Amino acid sequence: MALLELKDVSMIYNGKVKALENINLTVSKGEWLAIMGPSGSGKTTLMNIIGCMDHATSGEINLDGISLMDVNNEELTSVRRDKIGMVFQQFHLVPYLTALENVMVAQYYHSIPDADEALAALKRVGLEDRASHLPSQLSGGEQQRVCIARALINYPVLILADEPTGNLDEANQNLVMKIFHQLHDEGHTIITVTHSPDVGKEAEHCVVIEHGHIKNAEVS
Amino acid sequence: MRMLTALLAVAVGATIISGMVTVYRDVPEQLGREFRAYGANLLLLPSNDSSTFNAENLDKVPELIKNYELVGIAPFLYERLEINKQYILTGGTDFEQLQKVSPYWQIKGNYPKKGEREILVGSNLAQILSPYETEEIIGKKIGISAGEGTAIRQYTVTGIISTGGKEEDFAFMYLDDLQQIANKPNAVSLARLSVVADAVALKAVEDSIKDNIPEIMPQPVQQIAISEFNVLGKLQVLVLLVTIIVMALTLICVSTTMMAVVTERRKEIGLHKALGASNKNIVYEFLGEGCLLGAVGGLIGSGLGYLFAEFVSVQVFGRSITFSVSVAILSILLSLVITGIASLIPVKIAINVDPAIVLRGE
Repeated sequence: MALLELKDVSMIYNGKVKALENINLTVSKGEWLAIMGPSGSGKTTLMNIIGCMDHATSGEINLDGISLMDVNNEELTSVRRDKIGMVFQQFHLVPYLTALENVMVAQYYHSIPDADEALAALKRVGLEDRASHLPSQLSGGEQQRVCIARALINYPVLILADEPTGNLDEANQNLVMKIFHQLHDEGHTIITVTHSPDVGKEAEHCVVIEHGHIKNAEVS
Repeated sequence: MRMLTALLAVAVGATIISGMVTVYRDVPEQLGREFRAYGANLLLLPSNDSSTFNAENLDKVPELIKNYELVGIAPFLYERLEINKQYILTGGTDFEQLQKVSPYWQIKGNYPKKGEREILVGSNLAQILSPYETEEIIGKKIGISAGEGTAIRQYTVTGIISTGGKEEDFAFMYLDDLQQIANKPNAVSLARLSVVADAVALKAVEDSIKDNIPEIMPQPVQQIAISEFNVLGKLQVLVLLVTIIVMALTLICVSTTMMAVVTERRKEIGLHKALGASNKNIVYEFLGEGCLLGAVGGLIGSGLGYLFAEFVSVQVFGRSITFSVSVAILSILLSLVITGIASLIPVKIAINVDPAIVLRGE
């Protein structure tokens, strides 16, 4: 059953710059998809559209039964808040908030901040004993795990990870990928955007994007 | 640090606004008191065709205007008496009250003592009576009568007065003495009343006397009232200008600082939006911060403004002022309005931040 479906999606900036052209993509519930491609291929544009941060110029996009082409900016924010959990390459933790509070920020915009629930999310990524630490007191791998805990806190239908291991050493990369495998095994739907073949091959499926077109889709 | 700078700007702005408003609020009263040194601000004249009225009417005045600070009320009876064979206009008054009402009168020698048959002469009159050594008149006795065929009484000159006005041609003695000499018991030609009051209050005093004592026609001393009005008017414009300039400077300072804060926190705002913050959430957060800034700055400023106003009042008028809750509330409200307006552009910048910046790694 398709959780995300893109049909002939195009993104044209200023009426002439084609960032994406006729993208067709389907992601099923529980699937782990890797989107790969070189810099400037259109990965970030596609991520913006899937992550409900931008409207495509044309085509059809369906996420969990919602047509993203038919919603306004306010509704798009609401879909992003309720349906998507985001993991960033640069972690983007608020520097003056503790690990626990960083997780609770996402709860604040979604529903009601709940410290116990946020602590449980940190426990899930093995960081319950680091809850009161500031980001500056955490290693890169730990910061990325806090970022994953924050992405999971609102029970999203889709986890969208942008170069999740881009800033990590090999040991932490393995640790983070292990968490993604666990989430996949639990039935989470995951899309990772990466230029690293090592990260790409961890996913169930992989698509390569070049010059705004999907070059090929393969099953690993 | 930036927010601290903005807080400081709001607090300084609120201090000056609160201080200026407090001083302005208190100045009419303080200035009114200062103006009392320049003489009476109300003349009480006979209302009918008669040239005098009964002095007992004046006893009712303090009760009628008990809500205002009465500086003094000096009765005057003017009669032409024969002094050293010359007819001189002589005033009978209460010298204790006269000193309160007309503190600018300058005297060489002393004021007369009651019941002692003593008299003051104006400086011009002194020159007529003692052309070569004017001051030698002090201590000398002069003969006074109501006119030909009346008894001559000997009065001792105790002093010479200078007022810069026509009083320098007159002689002055106690009212009782003059009433007796002129055989006009209880008669008063006019009274000079000095009361601490602005233009509105003075009108109320005037109306109250007019309504309750039909024999008396109160008349404001226009020169004093106009001077007071002019000074207060200029002061009002000055306070208004300073307040507007301070408000504008505070607004610019807070707005610039808030814009810098928004620029600095652009990535954080993008992150919040990526995590699902709506534009409404962003508006509430930044306006909330702005209002908190305004409230705290206004609170600090209203306290410091009172101290500033107290300092000014003590230094300039030598009097302390009372803390006004309404001025404090006004300062806090103005600070809130200023920071609210100053936050509008930064808030607009904040809601235009693209959440996708967190994906581009900017």
